[in-house]
Amino acid sequence: MKYVDEYRDRTLAATLADRITQMVRRPWTIMEVCGGQTHAIVRFGLDALLPPNLTLVHGPGCPVCVTPIGLIDQALQLASLPRVIFCSFGDMLRVPGSQGDLFGVKAAGGDVRIVYSPLDALELARANPDREVVCFAVGFETTAPAYAMAAIQARRLGLTNFSLLAAHVLVPPAMEAILSAPGCLVQGFLAAGHVCTVMGYEEYEDLARRYRVPIVVTGFEPIDILEGIAMLVRQLEEGRAVVENQYARSVRREGNVAAQAAVREVFEPTLRAWRGIGDIPQSGLRLTPAYAGFDAAVRFRDALAQAGSVGAEDPDCRSGLVLQGLLKPPDCPAFATRCTPERPLGAPMVSSEGACAAYYRYRRGAGHGARGERQSA
Amino acid sequence: MADDQALHLHCSVPVRSATVQLAHGGGGRLMQELIRDVFVRAFDNPMLAQLHDGAVFPVEQGALAFTTDSYVVSPLFFPGGDIGSLAVHGTINDLAMCGAMPLYLSAGFILEEGLSMETLRNVVDSMAKAAKEAGVRVVTGDTKVVDRGKGDGIFINTAGVGVMPPGIRIGPQEVKAGDAILLSGDLGSHGLAVMSVREGLRFTGEIESDSAPLHRVVRDLLECGVPVHCLRDLTRGGLASALNELAVGANAGMTIEEPLIPVRESVRGACELLGLDPLYVANEGRFIAFVQESHEDEALAAMRRHKVAHQAVRIGTVTEDCPSIVVLRTVLGTHRILDLLSGEQLPRIC
Repeated sequence: MKYVDEYRDRTLAATLADRITQMVRRPWTIMEVCGGQTHAIVRFGLDALLPPNLTLVHGPGCPVCVTPIGLIDQALQLASLPRVIFCSFGDMLRVPGSQGDLFGVKAAGGDVRIVYSPLDALELARANPDREVVCFAVGFETTAPAYAMAAIQARRLGLTNFSLLAAHVLVPPAMEAILSAPGCLVQGFLAAGHVCTVMGYEEYEDLARRYRVPIVVTGFEPIDILEGIAMLVRQLEEGRAVVENQYARSVRREGNVAAQAAVREVFEPTLRAWRGIGDIPQSGLRLTPAYAGFDAAVRFRDALAQAGSVGAEDPDCRSGLVLQGLLKPPDCPAFATRCTPERPLGAPMVSSEGACAAYYRYRRGAGHGARGERQSA
Repeated sequence: MADDQALHLHCSVPVRSATVQLAHGGGGRLMQELIRDVFVRAFDNPMLAQLHDGAVFPVEQGALAFTTDSYVVSPLFFPGGDIGSLAVHGTINDLAMCGAMPLYLSAGFILEEGLSMETLRNVVDSMAKAAKEAGVRVVTGDTKVVDRGKGDGIFINTAGVGVMPPGIRIGPQEVKAGDAILLSGDLGSHGLAVMSVREGLRFTGEIESDSAPLHRVVRDLLECGVPVHCLRDLTRGGLASALNELAVGANAGMTIEEPLIPVRESVRGACELLGLDPLYVANEGRFIAFVQESHEDEALAAMRRHKVAHQAVRIGTVTEDCPSIVVLRTVLGTHRILDLLSGEQLPRIC
């Protein structure tokens, strides 16, 4: 498959892995920020190709995992309202709130629909003028422009039955929270390529400078990730700490300016709670006053006031540590015992991008490292 | 006849209705008409035409295989097939995976009030065509009509009986370490074809369902003298789920070579886009065979003679290591577990 197979080439992967092995002289711990990268690493067994003194830890880059339980409860409440068509990406349907998940609401009669784009939800609003269409706006900077476009389009069309339950989160503030936390192990970051496709990487330069941490903007295929690691290791070994761009085929320093403008028109930064981590200033997006009419939190204020979120997460769930790179999923006492995809204690075991789900699915019972066959590549 | 005409004049429900109505399931005249005009006409065989409570047919000596399955696919029509042909192929394939040659099917219809009669006829005609091509007969059936909103247009249940050739022993317990694992063709087309219509997605390159009957390729595989230990069609849950079920059933380990598994370019592309793994996507015309390794070439040759299995390929081996676990060797040469999914695959968020 053009543009994918080239990045899954076995010989090239072995060459890159050898190059990394030759470069590493001291032990290093690096974090891949994005859950998509975590899954690629575990799915393709990339860590098995790496030298043992290079440790990969997994970051908070799964929007499903970090959506706070209070917001899930609000989603459940809205989806239960009789006139509401509640739209969400598929990942969110299994994430547990205080009292169940969106699949449960659907089974109980709620009109919950999986959409592939916020614009699909907009079409539903046009086609159902007598219903309220609420879209669960979840994601990082990657998906925010599409939600912004949906709101802009809804205003242009004069739709009064479309709204967003805003739950977007921003990556750089989370990276800063990880770097400034006591006991931080992370010495370098693979930054999320798709996020930087939209936002560019100018804002990462300040982080790299202030925390003396190298950052490499990295794609999602195995060769991308290995190349990103090689670039990061070179910086670490040379004592440099700058932002480099491995994902140049998609990312420019300034990002996608038009997409950023759309996001700025509709959203503004706000304090956001991250599930398992806590409040991070300026790390979320809410609708601007000009778009308050499309804000489900405003439109359904009365209904949400009755939601009565318990907001408590299971005390045995260590997902906060996993999301900060302080714990690997199999080292959690509940992993694959009390916590499984069928009965998850926390969102990282449910989400398709969650680190716990990746380890459960691809690595359970097989130890932390996959077996590799570098010599036969 | 005169009585009939008089009745029509006073009946509030038109007999020649354009849609299915509750009365079509009521056991009265409309139901008789539906059975006669739609089902008996389409399935056309003397056993069904008797309109008896059940079908009576002769059996050969030996063992019979018997299976049933229900079909609730939405949408009813999709590229490469429809619920009718699927209901025939699916039950034929369940019998074929036992090693049996299918003979007779039953067809139970649950119809939703308001369903267009034209849609029903199209589905039933497709069933009849699929049955005729496969050489099986629909010999008995049932119809119920449910209130509007309580169905999804048409639900179909088919049951089937087939004859087992003598001496056949096929099942998970027959799987042995060292067996070659053969796959009949490329994966994922059916699931993606249905999803493309259901979700209004358009993919570059036509993706059509692989729905097809597999009994003839199985018959030839069995008749060519290859020791076949187990067969399994790859329906819901796809290849990964079937392998896991059999690994547990056989208490055996399996090693699968990811680069050898055929997946059509358009299907791979669509799966990449949606964050789905083609190894878990449903198929309706694909199966795996566990055969004695020394007969691998003959088995593949027998399979490749059939259009439905012309891409047949060996994808792995049964091992003594890691009982009940399926291990996948990735395109990079590393190993990982190929596990069961916890639920349906859901498209990813970004």
